[in-house]
Amino acid sequence: MTDTYTKFIRSAPGAFIARRTGLPRPSMLPRRGDRPAPILGPVVVLGESAGADQVARDLLGEGADVRRRFDELRSVGSVIAVLDEISAPADLGRILLPLAGAMRSLAPGARVVTISRPAQGEDPARDAARGGVEGFLRSLAHEMRRGGTANGILVQDGVDLDAPGVTGALRFLLSARSAFVAGQFLTVSSAAGSLTENRDRPLAGRTALVTGAARGIGAAIARTLAADGARLVVLDVPGAGTDLSQLANELRAVPVQLDVTSEGAGERLVSFLRERSLVLDIAVLNAGITRDKLFANMTSDRWDPVLAVNIASQVALTDALIEAGDVLGEQPRVVSLASTSGIAGNRGQTNYAASKAGVIAFVDALAARLESLGGTANAVAPGFIETEMTAKMPALTREVARRLNSLQQGGLPVDVAEAIAFLSSAEAGGIRGGTLRVCGQNMVGK
Amino acid sequence: MTDFPSDALILGGNRIPFARAGGPYAGISNQDMLTAALDGLVARFGLQGEKLGEIAGGAVLKLAGDLNLTRESALSTPLDPRTPTIDMSRACATSLETVVHLSNRIQLGQIDSGIACGVDSASDSPIEVTPRLRRILHRAFAAKTGMQRVKALSAIRPADLAPVPPRNGEPRTGLSMGEHQALTATQWAITRQAQDELALASHQKLAAAYDAGFFDDLVTGYRGLSRDQNLRPDSTLEKLGTLKPVFGVKSPQVEEPTMTAGNSTPLSDGASSVLMGSAEWADRHGLTPLARVVDARNAAVDFAHGDEGLLMAPAYAVPELLDAQGLTLQDLDFYEIHEAFASTVLSTLAAWESDEFCRTRLGRGGALGSIDRSKLNVAGSSLAAGHPFAATGGRLVATLSKLLHERARETGRVQRGLISVCAAAGQGTAVLLESVTD
Repeated sequence: MTDTYTKFIRSAPGAFIARRTGLPRPSMLPRRGDRPAPILGPVVVLGESAGADQVARDLLGEGADVRRRFDELRSVGSVIAVLDEISAPADLGRILLPLAGAMRSLAPGARVVTISRPAQGEDPARDAARGGVEGFLRSLAHEMRRGGTANGILVQDGVDLDAPGVTGALRFLLSARSAFVAGQFLTVSSAAGSLTENRDRPLAGRTALVTGAARGIGAAIARTLAADGARLVVLDVPGAGTDLSQLANELRAVPVQLDVTSEGAGERLVSFLRERSLVLDIAVLNAGITRDKLFANMTSDRWDPVLAVNIASQVALTDALIEAGDVLGEQPRVVSLASTSGIAGNRGQTNYAASKAGVIAFVDALAARLESLGGTANAVAPGFIETEMTAKMPALTREVARRLNSLQQGGLPVDVAEAIAFLSSAEAGGIRGGTLRVCGQNMVGK
Repeated sequence: MTDFPSDALILGGNRIPFARAGGPYAGISNQDMLTAALDGLVARFGLQGEKLGEIAGGAVLKLAGDLNLTRESALSTPLDPRTPTIDMSRACATSLETVVHLSNRIQLGQIDSGIACGVDSASDSPIEVTPRLRRILHRAFAAKTGMQRVKALSAIRPADLAPVPPRNGEPRTGLSMGEHQALTATQWAITRQAQDELALASHQKLAAAYDAGFFDDLVTGYRGLSRDQNLRPDSTLEKLGTLKPVFGVKSPQVEEPTMTAGNSTPLSDGASSVLMGSAEWADRHGLTPLARVVDARNAAVDFAHGDEGLLMAPAYAVPELLDAQGLTLQDLDFYEIHEAFASTVLSTLAAWESDEFCRTRLGRGGALGSIDRSKLNVAGSSLAAGHPFAATGGRLVATLSKLLHERARETGRVQRGLISVCAAAGQGTAVLLESVTD
């Protein structure tokens, strides 16, 4: 899936030209198969708090090569800066500056993760420090090289750093599964959820629905969830039936042909699940379409289907699943597909951005509704991902879109799928109502 | 009624949408289409890696290289490659015959499960060389020396090189099926209006069934089609009335030609499949049986000497089947009478309503009588869906089985359904199904 430019730039003459002219030189991003080790060592834990000690102990327990100082290390795999107890801006430098001298020692595909607490609007000095972490991290992520990434975890006051959500988020961000996640924060708002014992198959015993599963990102999501041990129910429109049944055969999944925008689609899905005695633990609402047009040329035949498929169907489908009362498991996880267009907006995508911004607000409200069921809802916002859809973009627009992020390349469908698999896991129970960008730190929006 | 070791149950079906010849499936082989239909069936019922008793399939327009069409298709699916297959053929009744074949074997306890299937591509039908060229080429291949080969090949004349497309007519009469049916329609005085009404009803009922989601678990989208391409939900009697007759136009016996492209089935591409098994096998796989195969009969008529219409054999097969089961024509809850042409269905019904036909031809005391037309082809049939010859039987069996099962659930009563299919060369097959509920 390497694009032509990247192939050229990795050749000897290409690399020479790129060095001389300052052209972007995208690095290879190791994925799960390239780097199966959960943690790239050695890992240096910075910070003086009890929380920092806790994190270091936990990592030691997982068998990682844990250090508390850079000292004479020539290569550093991962860095975790624990900033949970900072109380004033002056605290930042004391903990973070040692990393400056080690930046050039970071291994290819290195990981930097900050753990801090969100500003609360109460204590000016403390909030100033807490807010500062965000600016530091987002800038550092731009400066990471050789496929390394920097991301942060925001842990709500009152939630300990050994909460499943914190450990789960840390495991995800340190692993190769977060290859295309850069400059982002995951917020852990409660101690809900539980740690996964079978780390190779974290979704074993769970049943997952993926809508829009026949092709592209949807198929990658289904494959990744299946690889993580989930039993799959794959849904797509009847027109995509053959692709859907081939995927179902590959994954031994249950196929459902259904247009999610059709009248009574939710009820039809519910009765299908009941007939097959299927109870969903995970619902990935991925079905989506684009009908781009400048707003001046926008018509209802381009506007309505986008809103209907991308957001209205999600509202109706989750309503039906919740109201049925017997088709959702005990700790249901809903993960919906947003988009960076829904965050920053995009010329020609008023309809698409409206639907995707709708998704971002929707999952927040849905998470509140699911809380009583012990469930969560979150969204993933992909940036530029190499798919059949983006392959149809005009070549120059596509080339620019690809490079406009810190990793200087498009992501792969599997990158989106990995983030969804994480948010679907038991470990993500404390993460609710949020939207995680999988965009290589796209320059647009936050 | 005979007691068999086991009931032969219909467990479900899957087909690809049917397309018009030269349409979206042009250039797609029979094997590709049959594989797609089987893949969808395997996916729907979770049969990956499953070793079945037998897969029986066939095609009417079959390339010589497709000797083991069903076997080759099955090998491309995730089914256990050790599943035996058989290729069968009885023209348009082919996949209905595969259902009968498997039901016989299941009832006898020889197998416990199987897939009946059929496929046809009018877009990819075989085109052969002339018999003369074929013989010359065989002589050349058999030649021992270069000289002998040159000599053999030198016999080729330009006329030998013309390709021979599949014959669109009965070898014994030279008449196409439509021309034959035009004679039958005239004989039974079937009006243009009645034919157009039947065609319109077929389109409307098929469209309504699609809208209601009836086919969501019977059809798997293929190559961009999610519904049958021939379906015209917005057709009207006026539109159908504007079409010019295409059959019987030059026939002196046909005073007023009535058969148009609107009330005749188009040449079509498509594939269908039906999953069958014993009660024990279904239970073991957690599958809900829809219907059981009760009985079947075949008939053939002497069309070649003009004794009977080419497509009238079902008019004989059905009464024989009903008699064998001690039923009258009116004891049935659903009738699936294959719409080769609208006038075929209407001629068959007219024959059963005719005292004279039933007395002289069937040797009965009087007419079988008429049927409640609201029970006829209730989810549409071939006029709307199209008719890929060997795929139609599978479509009918899966559709009727689901109808029977649904109605039996609603009413709490056993439902009976009849399928009759006419076939080329004056043949016909009739099958009786009965609902199964848990």
